[in-house]
This record gives sequence, structure tokens and C-alpha cells, in this order.
Amino acid sequence: MFDIFGIPSQALFGQLLIGLINGSFYALLSLGLAVIFGMLNVINFTHGAQYMMGAFAAYLLLQYLGLNYWEALVIVPLLVGASGILVERLFLQYVRKLDHVYGLILTFGLALVIEGLFRNYFGSSGEPYQVPDALQGGHNLGFMFLPNYRAWVIGFSLVVCLVTWFAIERTRFGSYLRAATENPTLVRAFGINVPRMVTLTYGFGVGLAALAGVMAAPIYNVSPQMGSEVIIVVFAVVVIGGMGSILGAIVTGFGLGIIEGLTKVFFPEASSTVIFVVMAIVLLIRPAGLFGRLG
Amino acid sequence: MAAIADPPALPARADDARSLTVAFIVMVALLVVAPFVVYPVFLMQALCFALFACAFNLLVGYVGLLSFGHALFFGWASYLCAHAAKRWGLPPEAAVLFGTAGGAVLGLAAGFLAIRRQGIYFAMITLALAQMMYFVALRAPFTGGEDGIQDVPRGRLFGIFDLSHEMTMYVFILIMVLAGFLFTYRVINSPFGEVLKAIRENEPRAVSLGYRTDRYKLVAFVLSATLAGLAGALKALVFQLASLTDVYWTMSGEVVLMTLVGGLGTIFGPVVGAFLIVAMETYLAQLGQWVLVIQGAIFVFCVLAFRRGIVGELAALLRVKL
Amino acid sequence: MRAAASLAFALAALMTTVAHAQNPIPVKIGVLTDMSSLYAADTGPGSVSAAELAIHDFDPAAHNMKVDLVSADHQNKPDVGVSIARQWYDVDHVDMIVDVPNSAVALAVSDVTREKNKVFLVSGAASSDLTGPKCTPNTIHWTYDTWMLAHGTGRSIVKTGGKTWFFITADYAFGHALERDTTAVVEANGGKVLGHVFVPLNTQDFSSFLLQAQASKAQIIGLANAGGDTINSIKQGAEFGITKGGQHFAGLLVFIPDVQALGLQAAQGLIDTEPFYWDMNAGTRAWTKRWQVKQPGKFPSEIQAGVYSATLHYLKAVAALKSAADGKAVVAEMKKIPTDDPLFGKGYVRADGRTIHPAYLFQVKSPAESKYPGDDYILKATIPANEAFRPMSQDNCPLVNASK
Repeated sequence: MFDIFGIPSQALFGQLLIGLINGSFYALLSLGLAVIFGMLNVINFTHGAQYMMGAFAAYLLLQYLGLNYWEALVIVPLLVGASGILVERLFLQYVRKLDHVYGLILTFGLALVIEGLFRNYFGSSGEPYQVPDALQGGHNLGFMFLPNYRAWVIGFSLVVCLVTWFAIERTRFGSYLRAATENPTLVRAFGINVPRMVTLTYGFGVGLAALAGVMAAPIYNVSPQMGSEVIIVVFAVVVIGGMGSILGAIVTGFGLGIIEGLTKVFFPEASSTVIFVVMAIVLLIRPAGLFGRLG
Repeated sequence: MAAIADPPALPARADDARSLTVAFIVMVALLVVAPFVVYPVFLMQALCFALFACAFNLLVGYVGLLSFGHALFFGWASYLCAHAAKRWGLPPEAAVLFGTAGGAVLGLAAGFLAIRRQGIYFAMITLALAQMMYFVALRAPFTGGEDGIQDVPRGRLFGIFDLSHEMTMYVFILIMVLAGFLFTYRVINSPFGEVLKAIRENEPRAVSLGYRTDRYKLVAFVLSATLAGLAGALKALVFQLASLTDVYWTMSGEVVLMTLVGGLGTIFGPVVGAFLIVAMETYLAQLGQWVLVIQGAIFVFCVLAFRRGIVGELAALLRVKL
Repeated sequence: MRAAASLAFALAALMTTVAHAQNPIPVKIGVLTDMSSLYAADTGPGSVSAAELAIHDFDPAAHNMKVDLVSADHQNKPDVGVSIARQWYDVDHVDMIVDVPNSAVALAVSDVTREKNKVFLVSGAASSDLTGPKCTPNTIHWTYDTWMLAHGTGRSIVKTGGKTWFFITADYAFGHALERDTTAVVEANGGKVLGHVFVPLNTQDFSSFLLQAQASKAQIIGLANAGGDTINSIKQGAEFGITKGGQHFAGLLVFIPDVQALGLQAAQGLIDTEPFYWDMNAGTRAWTKRWQVKQPGKFPSEIQAGVYSATLHYLKAVAALKSAADGKAVVAEMKKIPTDDPLFGKGYVRADGRTIHPAYLFQVKSPAESKYPGDDYILKATIPANEAFRPMSQDNCPLVNASK
């Protein structure tokens, strides 16, 4: 094997692959954020808490109803998505017309409430969740040992991202959505129920977060603070990609996962900060983000 | 243009001045009496946060720039002051000055990068810069990492006043915070402040009037950072400790909460908000996780039904400026 | 007239003594701990329950004392800890603070305690500096410290053949100290450290650090971290086939709630040094059963046991002095009388503030070996009290030098 900057290529490939796995979560979460921002003009700070709710819902379904991972993968996004619809009806619809800042603060408050409640009931040491039997074990790729479950995470999240992108950018329903973002009054005039569309979009974005939560449950401990730890990073991803840009969120999510992975090889202490450095640089060169348009 | 719009509002100006004076006298009177009734350390903490919130409000309330990274100036000034007082043995007045100057320098650097963008991007750049400097604070040898700088001596002010005495310290903090408060008031009501408000309302128009808005925004940013620095430096002396909490992004969130609860863009709002939030965190501490829930609920409530904040609502009710 | 006056005087004197007997000696204890974050399961509410038990077992009424208990969450922030401590001492008349996990917070509270001349009993924090360069006449360090962990776990692993090490270290003072101490022990016993990686506190994903550890080909991966960080490292290590590849984890600081959270499947085989295990003997089992009334389904950590032991010993010293007012005097008394309780057995408090008792080397059982809930450890070796902790000659504690 050969060396790259003194690092064996073997280790480097391994880190890149791991970066891609983390990137899958960034992509799924930032995708949901981007969909919500595009449609509602709200920066959903509650996203992290909803991701955490997804993981907890999977855990609780297994504990109390005996539903396994695969069933949770279907049921949990629907459940948590429904709770998102409730949040939109109860709170968010009232701030949509205000400055972005108010939406940010409102959802930040909601995130605190949800995290506080979960900590009260579950403590904070975390609950274990087993990898499903079908995905136990792993394969030796020569340069690293890749657990099957992680391979599944990369593949499945890519599929979800692409399907979402396709649905929004390439279907009739998606074109309604995009039109409603641009000019809600006009779209309404065509007889389309815009408020309902907005509500459902929020529910969908939240469902994506919950889906990421279910997928994360077997990798990390299911704990109340898992969302608040990841949300700031995901924010940065969305900003770098360009607020509201679907493709930007997906590409940047995976890309930053890889950059973070590389940093962990060359300068591990900076791994928690590198994304912010990238963000500052990108914003200075391209204020609207890599894929965004200045509106 | 401003001159055309202004005259009808002029008669109210005398009332404004009166209501502000009355409110200021009430506030000072309360703060003078308070240490005999309430625990002085709590008051000093609240005062430091009040100044911090005023500094933050200068930017968000009067220039319309929401910074999500103000902990950067607050926390770093705190470290610099603690370092100067402990390792270099500087007297308290010099240590505070050093910390404040540090806040100003950081403000100049961060402001230079951040003011080019507006709105949510401005918030995100400031957040990114603050997180970067949080990382530096975590790694730099002089900050002591998670331990922070502990056991900072309060020393003797001008070589005369012994600040280890709680009441002497309180008087020192009160004077400094009131000075900072009056300074922000002065800035807001100067011709410079009027330009800032013009930028907040309509930046392109201010540009077309010939103002170099970037320079105004940068000066406002540096002023805000300097005052935040002063607050941080004072806090380091009060608690004899500088720690990571004060540079972390949650501290930036907390100052948003204080200002929002008190009233964005009001003179007294940040002070009221800071006292309320600090009191809540202190006296509800035994409720544990419920503090988080209550804080969150306050955020939600404020945004939905109470956007003007306590002081803003009060001012609207009394039809005066506060 | 004179007789009447002296009678009145005698009456008054009698009344004050009666009043004195009726007014018990007030003592207020504050449990300052992590109620909500990564160390809450190892300390937190369980520590409060332990302190309550200590007060109950001491029976304050029998000693004409009145003991109150308060508790608070320091959120692992030194500034929060300091402001609570100050307020407790200044306003709420707290006489003694106990527990305080997180070395950074503990060091800060120790300063305040000395300034106010109160008592600080550390059970939760690990830094051996508390009885080293930072020792004070008002602080006693219970349960464990980084020196004990490094020597107990580190030495035994090197001696059983774990010669090459790679550290995954929490990137702050505690992690650095633990790595430094363990490195010294490994090298002194003929082992070799091949590398290390500093990881930010409270990291979610350890996979890339684990890959680096794997690439180093070290026999032992030393985890110089704690709580949730340790849990995540071990859990993800199992996923990446680290243990199957012949490498082993050395959890330098593992508590039984961590093992419970990990599950035995993932935790089995871990070597761990602790001075207390709930299933040691009849005394510890009986105590655990009473503790579980308040903490159903859980098993007490060494820290929680230490809170019980420290609080009990403190109350004995206050009873002997008949006052809790002078912190230094109470600590001096605590150093004078030997410690004795069902959890740690007999021991004593050293001049530098270190509590001395034996420590034990445990190994985590496999799921097959575990017979009942909480049956998690096998006792591998006992480290006698005189070897478990750093000798005072290596302390650099100013208190010890002053007394010489």
C-alpha cells in the first residue's frame, strides 16, 4: 500500500467511507430542513429534537409493542410526522409571515421543551438499541472492516434522498410545491389548498428527521441530547448548501461528512469545528451557499 | 426625508425623555436598595448579563442584525481579564480594560467578516466564528480547557478599594454597568444612532443618501462587542472564574432569550430580561430538567403572543418610550 | 433581694440549657452533582438517595442534631457549580458539599469551600490533583482518583500481557491526566504506548477514532474517558469487529450503570478498578437493597456508595465536635477518627485529604456467566489499601509539606 501525506492509504479509505456514513445522516437531516425552509420559510431548530424522537419512538415500540426495526422504519416517520403536523397547526402557522428570526426562536424553544421532557422521563445515560439480525456482522473490504449495518445506512439514505429530490424537482406534485413557495396566492387561485400543502410538507420534513433517528438508533445510544448535539452541524450543512436547496442539502451533507472524516485523520482535534470553518469560507465567497440563489 | 417624517412625532419627545428619566431613576433606586435585601452575588451576575444583553440589543434592536455568536466576545474577554489578573497580576481596573480591549479587537475581526451579509446568513456567520473561537478556547493552553481559569484574584481597585469585600465589589460592578448602559443610550440617541436605525429600516435608501453603511455597521458591531467584552470581563472578576460556558453557543442563545423576553429594541428591556432569566435559572435550579422545559415554553410564548417583550408591552400600554 | 436575683439568674441559666437541649445542632448538607448530563446515571439522583440513607442511618435525633439535605445540578459547568456553592454557603447556610462529579467543577468548588471555611467531600471527581498540588484543609477526596485507576487497571493489564497501547482520550484535563498517569504506569511495567487520539468531550461517533486505533495494531485500546463517551466507544468498537480482531479495550473509568447501559454482550471482558461493588458481601447487598427502594431497578455505582460513606463519616465528626460551624476543624476531626462503614470497610483519611481503603480489580462477566440482574463483575484481585493510592511522598500537596 502507498502513503498519502504520511497516512497509509488504507486508513484514508477507511476514514473516507466513515465520513460518508456520517454524511448520510447529515444529508437526511439537512434534506428535511431544506424542504421545510423552502416551503415554510422557517428554520426548524426543532429538527434535532424530532430526530431524537424518532430514535426514541423506535426504542419504545420495541420495548412495549415488540415491533422490530423494519416495522419501526415505516411506522415511526408516520407517527413523528403526525406530531410535526400538530406542531405546525398549533404554533408554526402563526410565525410564517414574520421575520425568519422568530421562526428560529420559536422552534428553538420547542426543542428545549421536548428535550427537557424526554430527559425528565428517560434520564440522559441513553438506552441501547440492537442492530437488526439481518444486518449483523460485516465484510472485510481489505482496507477496513465495514459493518453491514453501516453499509445499509449509506445505501438507504442515498435512495431516500434521491427519491425526495425526484419527487420535488421532477413530479407534478413537486412543481405545485415549488410554485406555492414562489407565489402562494396564485397557486391558491388554481384551486390548490396551499395551507394544507404547507402542513403536509412540514410533516414530511419532520418524518425525514424521524427516519434518520430510527436509522441512528442502532449506531448511537438513544439519548435525549442526541438531537441537540447534531443540530448545529446540520444547520451549517444547510447554510453551506444554500438554504432551501434540496440538491445542495444532499450533496453538502455527504461532502461535509467526507471532509470531516479527512480532518479526523490529519487533525482530529479540529473535527468538531472544521464544518464551521468551511461554512465561514463558503459564505464569504458565495453568500447564498453553494447551491442557493440570492432571493 | 427623516426630517419630513419627524415633526408629528416631536411633541412626544419631551414625554419620552421624561418617561426614560423616571424609569432610569426607578431602576437605579432599586439597584441601590437591592443588595440589602437580595443576595449580592446574584445581583452582580444579573448586572453583568444585563450589560451583555444591552450590548447585544444595540446590534439586533437598532441595526437589525441578529448575532448568534455574541458569546465569542463575552467569553473571550472573560478569559483575557482572568488571565491578566491571575497570571500577570494586573490590578482589577487594568485587567478589565485588557479584557474589554480584547473584546473590541475580536469584534473588529469578526465584524469585518460578518457585516457583509444580512439576516439569517449574518446570524450563521457569527455562529460559525464563535464556534471556531470556542474550539480555540478549548485547545489553547492558557484557558485551562474544561477547567477554565479558576481562583482569579479580585484585587484592589486603584490600589485602594478591596474588591474581595462583597459590597465594594457590588458598587464597582453597579457603576461600571450603569456607565455601559448610559453609553448605549447615548449611542442610540446620537446622530450616529439615527443612521443605524435608518439602515435597519431600509439599507438601500441609506446607501442612496450617501451613507457608507458598511462602516456604520462595523462601528456598531465593534461597539457591541466591546460592551459585551466589558460584561464578560466583569463577570470573570465576580465569579473569580472564566470558563467554557461563556464562549459556547448556548450562551449566545441565552442572550437572545434575555433580550427577547425583555423587549427587542427597547432601552430597558435587556436589563429586565437579564434579571428575569438569571433569577429563573438561580431560583428554579432545584427543578432540574424542568428549567429547560420552562425556558423553552417562555421562548414559544414570547414569539407567539409577546413579541414586544415585557418592556415593549409595558411601553405600548402606557404609550411611552422605555 | 439578692436571693431573688440569684434565683432568677439560676432559672435563666437552667432555661438556656434546656433550650440548648431542645435546639439540636443544625447541619445542612448539599449534594452538588450532575443531574442531567453524561454522568447523571453514575452520580445524580442516586447520589442524593445515598446521602439520604447516610443521614437516616446516622440517626440525627439520637445525637441531638438536625440534618437537612439540599441538592442541585451543576450541569458539568464550573461556573454553575461555583455560583451554586457560593449561594449555598452564603445564603442557605450549607455546611458541607458532597459528590461533585467532573474534576473541573470539583477543583472550582474546592477553592470556594476553602475561602468560606466549609467542608467539601469529593466522591464523583477523578483528578488526583485534589489531594496533590490543589489540596486544601477543607477538602477530602473519597472513593477513587486518576492515580488509582491508572495503577489498578493499567498495571494489571500490562502484567497479564497487554504490552502495546493506543489511547482514545477525552480532550480535557481529566482525560489528559488519566492518559498521562496510565502511560507512566504502562511504561514503568515494560509496556509501550504506540499512539493516542484526543476526542472532543461528548462525541457521538467514535468510528474514525476506532479505525485509527485499529490501524495502530496495539493490543490494548485504552479509553481515557468516562460515562457516555466510554459507552459509545465500546459499543461502536464491537460493531467494527475490534474485539474480534484480537484487540482489547481497557475502560480506565467504568461504572456499573455504564455496564448496564452497554449490556454484557458488548461490555464482557472489560477490566475495571473500583473500590466498591454492590455484590461484594452481605453488607453491600443489604445496603443496595435499601438504596433500590428509592432507585428501583438500578445498581449503585462506587461514587454513590462513596457519597454514603463520606456523609456518614462527616456526621460522626460533627457529632464529636458538637458543631459544624468550623469547616477546618470538622475536616481535622474526620482525619482523626477512622472510617468504618459496611460499604468500604475500615479505613482512614490521610493528612492530604485522601481516604484510604482497598480497591478491587474486576472483570465484566459474559452474558452466560451472569446469573441474575446486576451480576456483572468477577473479582480478579484485591489491591490492598496501602497500594491502592498514591503515596503522600509523591503528592506535592502543600499541607503535607507544611506538617513536616
